[in-house]
Amino acid sequence: MTWDTVASILIGGALTGLVYSLMALGLSVIFGVIRVVNFAHGEMMTLAMFAGVFLFTGGGLDPILSLPIVAGTLFILGYALQRRLVEPFIARPEHEQFILLLAVAILLVNGLLLAFGPDARSVTVDYAFDSFELGPIFIDKVKAYAAGVGVLVAAGLLMFFRYTRTGKAIRACSDNLMGAQVVGLNIRRLYALTFGLGVACVGAAGCLLSLLVDVTPMLGPELTLLAFVIVIIGGLGSMMGALLGGIVVGLSEALAGLLIVPSMKSMFSFGLLILILAFRPQGLFGKRT
Amino acid sequence: MSRKSRLSVSRPITRRSFSAGAAALAALAAGGSPLRRALAAKPVKLGCLAPLSGFFAREGQACKRGFDLAPAILADMGMPIEIMMGDTESNPDRARTAAEKLVNEGAEVLIGTFVSGETTAVAQVAEQRGVPHVINIAAAPKITEQGYKFVFRNFTTGPMLVINGFGLMKDLFKATGSTPKTAVFMHVNDTFGKAMGGGVKALFPKMNMPFEISTTIPYDPKAKDLSVEVAKAKATGADILMPVSHGADAIKLIREMVKQRWEPMGIMTPGSPGTYEAQFYKTLGKYSEFVIANVPWIDPKTDMSKTLLAAFAKEFPKESPELNVGFSFEACLIAADAYKRAGSGDPKALADALRATNITEHVMIGGPIQFNEKGQNVNIKSAALQNLDRKPTVVLPEASAEAKPVFPMPGWTDSRRA
Repeated sequence: MTWDTVASILIGGALTGLVYSLMALGLSVIFGVIRVVNFAHGEMMTLAMFAGVFLFTGGGLDPILSLPIVAGTLFILGYALQRRLVEPFIARPEHEQFILLLAVAILLVNGLLLAFGPDARSVTVDYAFDSFELGPIFIDKVKAYAAGVGVLVAAGLLMFFRYTRTGKAIRACSDNLMGAQVVGLNIRRLYALTFGLGVACVGAAGCLLSLLVDVTPMLGPELTLLAFVIVIIGGLGSMMGALLGGIVVGLSEALAGLLIVPSMKSMFSFGLLILILAFRPQGLFGKRT
Repeated sequence: MSRKSRLSVSRPITRRSFSAGAAALAALAAGGSPLRRALAAKPVKLGCLAPLSGFFAREGQACKRGFDLAPAILADMGMPIEIMMGDTESNPDRARTAAEKLVNEGAEVLIGTFVSGETTAVAQVAEQRGVPHVINIAAAPKITEQGYKFVFRNFTTGPMLVINGFGLMKDLFKATGSTPKTAVFMHVNDTFGKAMGGGVKALFPKMNMPFEISTTIPYDPKAKDLSVEVAKAKATGADILMPVSHGADAIKLIREMVKQRWEPMGIMTPGSPGTYEAQFYKTLGKYSEFVIANVPWIDPKTDMSKTLLAAFAKEFPKESPELNVGFSFEACLIAADAYKRAGSGDPKALADALRATNITEHVMIGGPIQFNEKGQNVNIKSAALQNLDRKPTVVLPEASAEAKPVFPMPGWTDSRRA
């Protein structure tokens, strides 16, 4: 195999990994602050993917352009979900939170099945079949655009947490909840904002992923699992870990396909997960508790 | 001769008897419904299983269209049926549960499922519960190699598909005067794909093909993208691509080939779905053109096919009829025919009647529907379908051809794709 083929495969893996990163970022943000594991993560992403497909087929909107609409709508949904449904469960045992969010996931899957049926749907934009040619290397245009926008969204989120007062307040809740309460921060509002931001992140990732993957209502569990693999590899609760975990998974899948057998790509990322759990359970970038 | 023994003798459905039945029914319909109701026999309860949701939902829905059309057409032939639909959810465990449920609810014959893994599970249920199972679609050979007494398959096995497919490839090269030197073989790694892969591996050396298989690449049909797989295939520099795909993965495969500017002489499957379905044309547009699939297909020339195709066009004007529809309909026909001859829903009598099946007038290309001692119909033939003007067109065998084959395939930017 020639070097340009290897380079094309690795670049493609890294670009896919960047979109995965954005998907996992939402899960990590919610867990990092509220300490609730969103088991409806993949299903929310599927909802966003359907929204992207719907806006494309109905209104001709490229999913990259419809991203703010979908992310905004999912922010409101996440905010309301936290205030009305999740909040009473925060102090309850983890298994009750798990069942609650699993119920949300089941409702979402079946709602989507009722609304759209079981058929796979896809977005075929004008540039769906195009590639950038860098000499002998081909770079998938759709993946490049999706990854670029994914990086921008992730950077925006990181800057929000680092430089804004609200972002700092959310981080304070994450670092020391009692201290945050003592200084008078509105925890309920900040939790709802965090949940909203996490779900908005999922919305953005869903729009981008609809450019790469055909969507069916049954896709949710698979995406939830993928997001868990990424955040566990990167470090649960670590935003930087989620970002790098996505790239590690994208690259490892590409390498597995290249070096071993393509049909064993998924096995490779699960193998990586087992290794991380065995030798570095806090993840590559997580903090040991 | 007793009534039972007389009924157990196979009476083939011929063109003449089909036409006579249709004419009689038209007369009955004109004569008024009370008379028709009085003559109507008790319908046989068919537990039809298909992946209506999940990964294979698209194909499962196509099977359901065949099941949906069967009651009216078969009732017109004096063979009333009642469809009890079950969703396998693209999952063998769910398929098993759904089959059990249908049997518990009174299904007299099980039909299904499309996916080999699921079909294996349903066949086990059928055998354990002693309920006849007519397989509409599933190619894994082992299903009919278990010595089952209640399982009958009206579909080709993987090796049969491969033999028919390779035969048609040789015919294609001869007809077009272009012969490739090398091929890359890509197949899904599920039960069906592995059966096909095993078939190709075992039969290719014996088929005296004019090209060599330079590499074999198995892939996950649920992979989110196939960029790595296609890059590896492209790197071999093979003249043709032989994919064994399902549905969504066939689209991903072609999309990736276009993106990576890989233009082999041809893309031709030795016998798998995915490239002749409505979604393939809709998603890929001009890039769907000239792909060839060597698969069993609806024979457009029989009276029963004409009836089925007319009913399909009326009921599903936005869909295109394909083999999933035809084989699903035929499975209902086989079960209804056996029930009529058995004279009861007794499972053993039904299984005996199924074993004695001899239906000469049917829907799919091939000889009469008959089952060998393993419960396998060995008379099914394939056709070479090439995508021309966004529809599957029979280009071989010559006797059934609707157009001449185009090979080598024009490049992705060729004006003939417009």
